[in-house]
Amino acid sequence: MSRPARAVMAEGGVLTSFSRWFERKLPLLVVSPLFALSLFFVYGFIAWTAYISVTKSTMMPVYTFDGLDQYIRLWDTPRWYVALKNLFLFSGLFIGISMAIGVVLAILLDQRIRIEGVIRTIYLYPMALSFIVTGTVWKWILNPGLGLEKVMHEWGFEGFRFDWLVNADYAIYTVVIAAVWQSSGYAMALFLAGLRSVDDEVLKAAAIDGAGPWRTYTRIVLPSLRPVFLSVIIILAHLAIKSFDLVVALTGGGPGYATDMPATFMYAYAFQRSELGMAAASAVMMLATVCAIIVPYLYSELRGSRR
Amino acid sequence: MLQSKTILPLAAVASVALGSAVWAEPKVEVLHWWTSGGEAKAVGELKNSFEAAGGTWIDSPIAGGGGDAAMTALRARVVAGNPPTAVQLKGPGIQEWAELGALNNVDSVAADEHWDDVLPPVLAAIMKYDGDYVAAPVNIHRVDWMWANPEVLAKVGVTEMPTTWDDFNAVAEKLVAAGITPLAHGGQAWQDATIFENVVLGIGGADFFRASLVNLDDTALRSETMVASFDQLRKLRGYVDPNFPGRDWNLATSMVMNGEAAFQIMGDWAKGEFLAAGKVPGKDFVCAPTPGNGFVLNADSFTFFNVKGDDNIEGQNLLASLIMSPDFQKTFNLAKGSIPARTDVSLEEFDDCAKLSHADLLDAMASDALVPSMAHEMAIPRSIRGEFLDLVTEFFNSDMSSEEAANRLADAVKRAM
Repeated sequence: MSRPARAVMAEGGVLTSFSRWFERKLPLLVVSPLFALSLFFVYGFIAWTAYISVTKSTMMPVYTFDGLDQYIRLWDTPRWYVALKNLFLFSGLFIGISMAIGVVLAILLDQRIRIEGVIRTIYLYPMALSFIVTGTVWKWILNPGLGLEKVMHEWGFEGFRFDWLVNADYAIYTVVIAAVWQSSGYAMALFLAGLRSVDDEVLKAAAIDGAGPWRTYTRIVLPSLRPVFLSVIIILAHLAIKSFDLVVALTGGGPGYATDMPATFMYAYAFQRSELGMAAASAVMMLATVCAIIVPYLYSELRGSRR
Repeated sequence: MLQSKTILPLAAVASVALGSAVWAEPKVEVLHWWTSGGEAKAVGELKNSFEAAGGTWIDSPIAGGGGDAAMTALRARVVAGNPPTAVQLKGPGIQEWAELGALNNVDSVAADEHWDDVLPPVLAAIMKYDGDYVAAPVNIHRVDWMWANPEVLAKVGVTEMPTTWDDFNAVAEKLVAAGITPLAHGGQAWQDATIFENVVLGIGGADFFRASLVNLDDTALRSETMVASFDQLRKLRGYVDPNFPGRDWNLATSMVMNGEAAFQIMGDWAKGEFLAAGKVPGKDFVCAPTPGNGFVLNADSFTFFNVKGDDNIEGQNLLASLIMSPDFQKTFNLAKGSIPARTDVSLEEFDDCAKLSHADLLDAMASDALVPSMAHEMAIPRSIRGEFLDLVTEFFNSDMSSEEAANRLADAVKRAM
C-alpha cells in the first residue's frame, strides 16, 4: 500500500494529499450512509413516536401538541397495570428459571460426557423454533380438553388437574413455561461457552489445593463467568420486554386480558382501537424500561473497558 | 441529457393518450378483508357484475386480524394521498374518516335510486355523514341470535326455545343437571361483548340499550338495570364449559352441531357454519332471537374514499349503484348468510332463519326496537368499544361483582371519551 502512495507523491502534490485524505476518510465515508439511515430509521422514528405520544392522535397521527394527557390516561387504565405486572412477573421468572436451568445443564454437559454433541443439539433445538410455533404447541399441550390433562384422565388419573392456561390467575405462568422451554437451551449454550473458556491451569491448581467439584464451581468457575451472566440477562431481558408473538400464539392475551404484556397492549391500542397517542405513550414507557436496564449495563461495560 | 429531453414529451403524449383512452371506462380499486370461502365468493359476485357493466376491477384483499391489517394499509394509503376507491369499512369508523375529509359522497346515485326509502333509517344514518351518503351497505347481520341443537334440548324435555332470560336459565339448569354444557362459547373479548349486548337488550329493552351502549349515558351505565344485566351475564358464565378461553366462534358452533353443547349465542354468520356442514335449519339446528324484543343490527358496507380522476369517480358511482341493486343484494347475501340491507328485496330463495330475521327487522323498525351493535362496531368509536370489551371480558373471567362492573364500566367510558 505504501509503495504506490510514495510513487504518486513524486508526481504531484495535490493528488497525493487528496488520496491520502481519501484513504484516511474512507472508512468514515463507507459507514456514513449506513449511519445516516440508522439515525433516521431508528432514532428518527423513536423521536416521532415520542412526539406522537404527546399529541391527541387517535386514528391518524395529529401533530398538535397536547401535553402529557396520553400518559395520564395510560396510567389511569387498569389494563396497563395488568400488562406491567405481567411483564415484571414474566421477566423475573423467565430470566431466573432460564438461567438456573441453563447453568445446571451447562455444568452437567461440561463433565466431558460421551455424546455431548447430540445432547447439546437437543437442548438447543427449541431455539430454532419461532415463538409462534412454541406458543401454538404449548397451547395444545396445556389445553385441558386437548392436551396433558385429558391424557392423564384417559390414563386413569381422574383427579389430575392442570388448567392454568384457562385460569385467569395462572395463565401468565403458562407463558413462563413455554418461554423457559424455548430459551433455557440457549442460555445453556452461552454458559457452556463461558465454562470452556475458564483457564485449565486455574482448575488444576484448585484440584491440587484439594477443592472438590462443588467448591471449584461455586468459588472459582461461576464467579469468573460474571460477564456471561450479564450477557445472558441482557439477551433474555430484551426477549421478555418485547415478548409479543408468544403471548399472541399461546393465550391471545387471555383469558380476558389476564396475560396482556406492554407489547400486546401497544398493538391493541394502536391497531385495534384507533388510539395511536396512547399506544405511543405505552411504547415510550417500554423504551424507558429498556433504557433502565441497558444504560447501567453499557455504563459498567464502558467503564470496565477503560480500566 | 439528450435522452431525457426526447423521452419527456413522449411520456406526456403517452399519458394523455392513455388517460383519454381510459376516461370513459369506470375503474375501482376495492380494499377488503373478505378472504374466506363464502366471503370471497360474495365479493366475486360484485366483481363479476362490475366487469359485466364494462368496468375495471382491481382487487386489494388484505387478509387477517379482523381487518386490523387492512386498516393499517388504509392509513398508509390515505397518508400517501393514494386512497383506494372503496373500502370495506363500517359503523362510526365511517364518520371518523369522513371527519378527516377522506371520503367522497355518492349522493347523486343515492338520490336517483331512492336509498332513503329502502334502507332502515338506523342503518342509513350510519352510512351518512352530514346528510350525505358516503358509504353503501351490502348486508344486515343480526347479532341477537341464539342457535340450538334440538336433539340435545329434547334430552331434557325442552321443545320450545326460551323467550325470557329466566326461561333460559331454567333450561340451562336442567341441562347442567343432565351433565350437558348449556352454552357453547368462545372466550374472546368480542364474543363476550356479543353475549353482553344481547343480555342488555333482553334485560333493559331497546331504549335502555340505546341509552347505555349507544349514547353512553352515565346514569344508565351505573343503573340497576345494568347491574341486573351483569348478574345475568354472570349466570351465563356458569353455563359455559371450563375450556372456553381463546376458543374461536366457529369451534363453539361445531360444539352445538356435534351435540356437545345445547346453545350458542352468536350472530347469523354462525348459520354459515351449520349450512356448510349440510345441516338443515329447523331440523338439525334451530334459530331463535335471544330473549327480549328487538334487533341488534350489524351491517357490512363499502365506504367511498376521496379519489381523483373521471374514471375513478365513474367507477365509484357505478359500484355504489351495483352494491345497492336488488339483484346484487340477493346474490351476495345468499352467499354470505346474511340478509339484504334493502328492506324491499324478496327473500323467497332464502332459508327460514333469514326470513325470520327479515320479519323481525321490519317489526323492530316499526316498534323502534332496532339498535346498532356495540360489540360489532356499529354504535360507538373503536376506542370506547375497546373499553367495553376490556371491562366485559375482565368481568367474565374474574369474580368481579356486578355493581363494581357497572361502575368501572362507566368510569372507563368517561376515560375514553
